Amino acid sequence: MLRITSPHAHGPLSTQRVMQTVLLATLPGVVVLTAFFGFGTLVNILWGSLVAVALEALALKLRGRPVGFYLKDCSALVTAFLLCIALPPYSPWWLIAVGIASAILLGKHFYGGLGYNPFNPAMVGYVILLISFPLQMTSWAPPRGVGEVPGLLEALQACFLPATYDGTTMATPLDVLRQNNSLLMEDLWAQSPVFGRWAGIGWEWVNIAFLAGGLWLLQQRIFTWHAPVAMLASLALLAAIFYDGGSSASGGSPLFHLLSGATMFGAFFIITDPVSSAVSVRGRLIYGALIGVLIYVIRVRGNYPDAVAFAVLIMNFAAPFIDYYTQPRTYGHKRAGRED
Amino acid sequence: MMRTHSFHGGIHPPENKHQSTRSPIADAGIPPQLIVPLSQHIGAPAAPVVRAGERVLKGQVIAEPQGLVSVPVHAPSSGTVVAVEDRLVPHISGHTAPCIVIDTDGRDEWIAHQGTPDYRALDKEALLARIRNAGIAGMGGAGFPSAVKLAVRDDVTIDTLIINGTECEPYITADDMLMRERAAEIITGARILAYLVKPGETLIGVEDNKPESIQALRDALDGDDIRIVVFPTKYPSGGEKQLIEILTGKQVPSGGLPADVGVVCQNVGSAVAVYEAIIEGKPLISRVTTVTGESVSEPQNFEVLIGTPMAYLLAKAGYQSAKNNRLIMGGPMMGFTVPDPTVPIIKTTNCLLAPTEAELPTPPPAQACIRCGLCANACPVSLLPQQLFWFAQGKEYEKLEAHNLFDCIECGACSYVCPSNIPLVQYYRASKAEILQQRRDHAKAEHSRQRFEARLERLEREEEEKAAKRAARKQAAEARAREDAGGGGSDDPIQAAIERAKAKKAAQQSGTDAGTANPLEALEKAVVSAQKRLDTANDKLAQAQADGSDLVAALTTGVEKTRAKLATAQDALQAYRPQADDTGVAATATPADAAQLAIEKALAARNAEAQLSPSEKARASLANLEQRLQKSRDKLAQSQAAGDEPKIVEALEATVERLTEKVEAARKQLHTTESA
Repeated sequence: MLRITSPHAHGPLSTQRVMQTVLLATLPGVVVLTAFFGFGTLVNILWGSLVAVALEALALKLRGRPVGFYLKDCSALVTAFLLCIALPPYSPWWLIAVGIASAILLGKHFYGGLGYNPFNPAMVGYVILLISFPLQMTSWAPPRGVGEVPGLLEALQACFLPATYDGTTMATPLDVLRQNNSLLMEDLWAQSPVFGRWAGIGWEWVNIAFLAGGLWLLQQRIFTWHAPVAMLASLALLAAIFYDGGSSASGGSPLFHLLSGATMFGAFFIITDPVSSAVSVRGRLIYGALIGVLIYVIRVRGNYPDAVAFAVLIMNFAAPFIDYYTQPRTYGHKRAGRED
Repeated sequence: MMRTHSFHGGIHPPENKHQSTRSPIADAGIPPQLIVPLSQHIGAPAAPVVRAGERVLKGQVIAEPQGLVSVPVHAPSSGTVVAVEDRLVPHISGHTAPCIVIDTDGRDEWIAHQGTPDYRALDKEALLARIRNAGIAGMGGAGFPSAVKLAVRDDVTIDTLIINGTECEPYITADDMLMRERAAEIITGARILAYLVKPGETLIGVEDNKPESIQALRDALDGDDIRIVVFPTKYPSGGEKQLIEILTGKQVPSGGLPADVGVVCQNVGSAVAVYEAIIEGKPLISRVTTVTGESVSEPQNFEVLIGTPMAYLLAKAGYQSAKNNRLIMGGPMMGFTVPDPTVPIIKTTNCLLAPTEAELPTPPPAQACIRCGLCANACPVSLLPQQLFWFAQGKEYEKLEAHNLFDCIECGACSYVCPSNIPLVQYYRASKAEILQQRRDHAKAEHSRQRFEARLERLEREEEEKAAKRAARKQAAEARAREDAGGGGSDDPIQAAIERAKAKKAAQQSGTDAGTANPLEALEKAVVSAQKRLDTANDKLAQAQADGSDLVAALTTGVEKTRAKLATAQDALQAYRPQADDTGVAATATPADAAQLAIEKALAARNAEAQLSPSEKARASLANLEQRLQKSRDKLAQSQAAGDEPKIVEALEATVERLTEKVEAARKQLHTTESA
């Protein structure tokens, strides 16, 4: 007979299922990425996952943890997927490996493993790569309809025999917009081949696909709406304020920002990482909103192709602070119980 | 429809209630043996008033309450008490506790009892006394004595009386079935309670997953003094604090009582028990208990006698122990595993849950907390369970308290939703216990510290007092010495005598130094002075005896000593005179020889004494003391016979007493020296 204390019942949700659901939710985005940019992202993910699982197992073994038990939580796969989706397609194998190693080892296990990492591991890997290898990290292939899209073999070649691969790259819509200082928005849209209906060709659909995946996760109650909605709202609001009627100094329309770069991917797959984000409801609203602000500022005023990774890492720093000041008011207490 | 409120968080676990509501409440019958624990409630255990071998009747008090927060225990059926001893009881700790064991005789013979159909004929005190004497303690789970809860002070206004028919915990249907079958009794019980606490309104709160109960209550309700309030099903709506928030929108202050916000809450089971106690005059000796889970073939509710062994009840429901992975008293969220199916049903046993492994699987090992926050979303009291978990792991007790650990109601919602299977509630329970232990230890240490400091202070004070007394005595003595020197009378004759003796000795010394030329003169002087001293001492003794002073004994000794000294002086003088005569006039030699002999004898005696062993010495002193005691006794007898003043008699008595003590001490001394 079992002798344990209550509760005896347990809900159906498990960490493994949470992670698997997140992996599944990335599929629409990955499919659209592949459709517009070719097999590069898929190859990234395959290779990255392999390296991630191997490194995770190694790290667990070195730390003396049961390897099988912890591998089962699928968190390493989630990190690999998120980082590889964020990396430019047709990245060389070593770039991916360095990124994954940074994410899994430096971003997670150095801090004590899953649950103890203060930063989003995928974003740690991304930023280390961006700072160390800016050339490789800013080389995005042109989308279908704008330039040549390589096939599967070429994608494999680009990854595993990078020296022999010679692919074309192109500035992303965010780059184009940032570098523009002479054309009205309308003219820029007409002149540059990268723009589509609302944002960049391909990019807008990629964002819509990640939005769809994210909405499904919301429906599955994997996370709450607070952080994503707050982030998208603050980003859209700032874009609206500084849209400037579409002048040459405009920062881009709200819709452009919502559907460009890693906006939707970031809103639903990156900032929702529970470990490194704020926890309370109010905390998540603040956390998300400030990320939206940082994304806009870095995109428009900064010098990097996108801003999600930096914005997230900066706010990861602030998460414990936000949590401290957003403790809920406990039942029967007059004020929110901070440690005073 | 009344507007209801909601509370933060909550969960919707599978209800699993339909299994046990298919058949009506069955009578579990009389088991061959009843094991009735003396503590089935919160508060002091009742004290047994029956002994093994005694025959008891159904409803007879077998244990009396101890103190205010306590209730009596009654025999649930007639039979013979076979033991009053420690038995395994259903408690989370799995420990044993005092029980009264009754072998039933199957006759179920009631003790004389009488109800009061018109409860309004009784006043508040009488009603409360009946509720207490009927042994009613909260039947929803906690078991707090109902009469204590209902004894609302006159200066407290109760706005709302809540009858709790929520039963939010999965599987349990005891209250549900009670409401379906005995709605009229609940209504009357509620009215008695309302008569007691005089609330602004009386509400019966029921979750919307019990339509039959709601209908039954509505059918039974024949007035508008009570309202039946239906609200959406959510766990843990039935928690007292949560229900109060749902029905009134008020929150019970942390660490406070429902009465602080003008609310009194009673379970429907308690309402029925109150009905039976007042209207029918029956004590609480049975209750409705759900027996359910996939390990019983016929899950249902039973009207079961308190003290019935669980195994007996389980058998009635078709229990297959082989399928059962744990036996739970209560529900799957807040129930606890019982150590053994022989433990009895008690007043708070609302459910016996016997699940299979597939039904309630053994929890898998916990994974890392990923701070998903699901627990915080589920927490009905708005805590941050993942933070508490973090602090509990690090044993950061201050942070735990700052994060309101003690507001946790241990409903288990956080553990239920945790995707990493972390047994959060167990961490909180352990932390609470550790903090409470720390508080107790701290209080103990503080108490010890205070006691130690108080002791030091006392010793210091006593020392100071002693010193002050000594100083005062010394001063007084000096003052007297001065007075004596001035020829005044003295209060302390001994002190004065000592002073005088000292002064004289000093004078004598100088005298002998100066007057060695004439030793005879010196000796004569000594005799005269000794005579004088003896006279004074005798006077003083007489004075003291007349006054009844405590000093009589001392003075008597003083007189004796002085007399001895006088004798010695006279002897010495006599011994000297013949010498002087030898040299001068030839005088009578015999007395001088006699004196010489006496001196020699005394010297010999002293020498002999010096050579005595300690034990001999002790014996000698004892003999001496005994002699003195005898003398004192004789004196006392004489004095009594002579009819002296009571003061004198008393003084003599005191002397006898003191000497008796001394003899006693000397005997002891002798004993120790001899045994050594």
